[in-house]
Amino acid sequence: MSSQALTAYDPLATSGTWRRSRAKFGAYLVLGLFAAYYLLPLVVVFLNSFRSLPEIAQNGLIAFPHSFSFHAWGEAWNSYCVGGTCAGIRENFYNSLKMTIPATIISTAIGAINGYILSKWRFPGSEILFGAMTLGVFMPGQIALLPWAMILGGLGLTNTTAGLVLVHTVQGLAFTTLFCRNYYTNIPEDLIKAARIDGAGFWRIFRKIILPLSPPILIVTVIWQFTGIWNEFLYAVVFTSGRGQPITAALIALSTNGTNVRNYDVMSAAVLIAALPPLLIYFFGGRYFVRGLTQGAIK
Amino acid sequence: MFLRSCHPTAGTANPPHEFLRQNRETANREAPVTTLTAVTPQTTSAERGQWRDRLALWLPQLILAPSLFVSFVYVFVFTGWTLYVSLSNSSLLPSYDYVGFEHYVSLWQNRRWNIAYTNLFIFSVLYVIGAMAIGLLLAILIDQRVRGESVWRTIYLYPLAVSFVVTGTVWSWLFNPTSGIQYFVRGLGWEDFSFSWTTNRQLAIYAIVITGIWQASGFAMALFLAGLRSVDQDLIKAAQIDGAGTARIYRRVVIPAIGPIFVAVMVVLLQFAIKTFDLAIALTNGGPGIATTFPAIYVYDLMFQRGQIAEGAAAAIMILLALAAVLVPYSLWQVWRRRRESGHV
Repeated sequence: MSSQALTAYDPLATSGTWRRSRAKFGAYLVLGLFAAYYLLPLVVVFLNSFRSLPEIAQNGLIAFPHSFSFHAWGEAWNSYCVGGTCAGIRENFYNSLKMTIPATIISTAIGAINGYILSKWRFPGSEILFGAMTLGVFMPGQIALLPWAMILGGLGLTNTTAGLVLVHTVQGLAFTTLFCRNYYTNIPEDLIKAARIDGAGFWRIFRKIILPLSPPILIVTVIWQFTGIWNEFLYAVVFTSGRGQPITAALIALSTNGTNVRNYDVMSAAVLIAALPPLLIYFFGGRYFVRGLTQGAIK
Repeated sequence: MFLRSCHPTAGTANPPHEFLRQNRETANREAPVTTLTAVTPQTTSAERGQWRDRLALWLPQLILAPSLFVSFVYVFVFTGWTLYVSLSNSSLLPSYDYVGFEHYVSLWQNRRWNIAYTNLFIFSVLYVIGAMAIGLLLAILIDQRVRGESVWRTIYLYPLAVSFVVTGTVWSWLFNPTSGIQYFVRGLGWEDFSFSWTTNRQLAIYAIVITGIWQASGFAMALFLAGLRSVDQDLIKAAQIDGAGTARIYRRVVIPAIGPIFVAVMVVLLQFAIKTFDLAIALTNGGPGIATTFPAIYVYDLMFQRGQIAEGAAAAIMILLALAAVLVPYSLWQVWRRRRESGHV
């Protein structure tokens, strides 16, 4: 940091010391205010998941906690009632896992192979086909709802996790292919040529050259797919119901439960449980998360 | 790709902008098309060798074919299917009797659809401007080489990892007058403080705007920051030598240099806005009443709650058209820029 400071341009260094420190203070003030805006919901939910319901009812959601218990977490996980069944959101959490993990792995694996072909085994027309494939990135879910509903109905996959795996795999292909293809394009062609002269074929080149160079893009793709599928709501709410719902849909069912008394303590715990997997990924793989975000956004 | 007109900085080795360099390289270099003939080992049987050669020759296409087929169905058949349903007399179940554009006519005469696209318009404008303004402000402040840069960045970006459902749910509590912000401020002693937007027909849409900005401005910040860092340092030094102050340098040198990023961020945010669904469902459930209906909610409602499939499909086609209205000019602009640049080089 300090060695960088000597060489890098410091915009605030152009003015006097007094003005500079005042400007710095202003910068921190604004940054701090916005940090409060961003952190407020997280802090509120976190604290309320440990407070008791009577206390929340009396002091409101935004208040200093006077009680502490894990009761709400246990209830949210095991026994909270949603739509008649009182088994908590445990099962919905597992549904989300059972949907997200296979869909992420399958779509990433196929995307990697597609990307390999579309960058290293181009054929006449492959660029156009690639372009058509990436149109899937822009497709609004609403367009696909009806066809999917009929296909899933025809296959007998309505209200199953397998159905959602299928939907998310197909939808994810456009993203994963795009990510991998753009990354593999940067692998020098000479490397592939040399391998071919040595007699390596399609799969061997993939295994020996492409895959060892792939971890960065595979991590980005997996993180992108995982968070996207985990957080998805539209397909979840349309194609599943009740105990078959992934956690995002269950959360909505939970919060529009009909009863007048809002169980903010249990709800807070449930919200945190639903948000936890993507948040953990974000905090531990933040660098890759951001990279995927920017790549996915820019295209 | 949109960064190609930015001045590449020497030594962009820092992780945050690695992707910029990557993208630039991708765009710049058209990798030569490799020949398809794979070298296969000689076999004694000429016939078998021929067969294997042919397989090896077609192997990539064969492997790609299923994905291509599925993607083709997903993009074109699904769109065509929905389009056709929108022109049919489907109601509770799809039927394929062609009735023309009557569902589009009734769609545009529907008061709720009117509310939906008005909301979308208000939301898009405020959300895009708000998220970009805050994103740019934060990016510029972080760019002043403040301490703990990664901490600030982590804080501003984490909302993007959280689903719209979670975001909307939590903000709906904060907006709730009897337990959230209003209750808190009144508790501090300001007895007639009023902040009950989500229960007010006129103001509920702005509650969604605030929440949307909360989630997306970090994203704008990340892209702007990467852009600011890719601006040629010599350009800035030259301006400094000319005696330009910080504000002036940003206004005259840095921000014009990242113009293409503004367009890109805007296009992405507009896409988010057009697809707004989960956020409004979780935050206001389209209410109070129907005050915060969005086109995406309208589609869902008609298709799966009211059994008016054809009109729902018509609304879905309108969403697709809105997206196309944003994306088609953008891609044409991209192509035009690329042509112009390659013409200069």
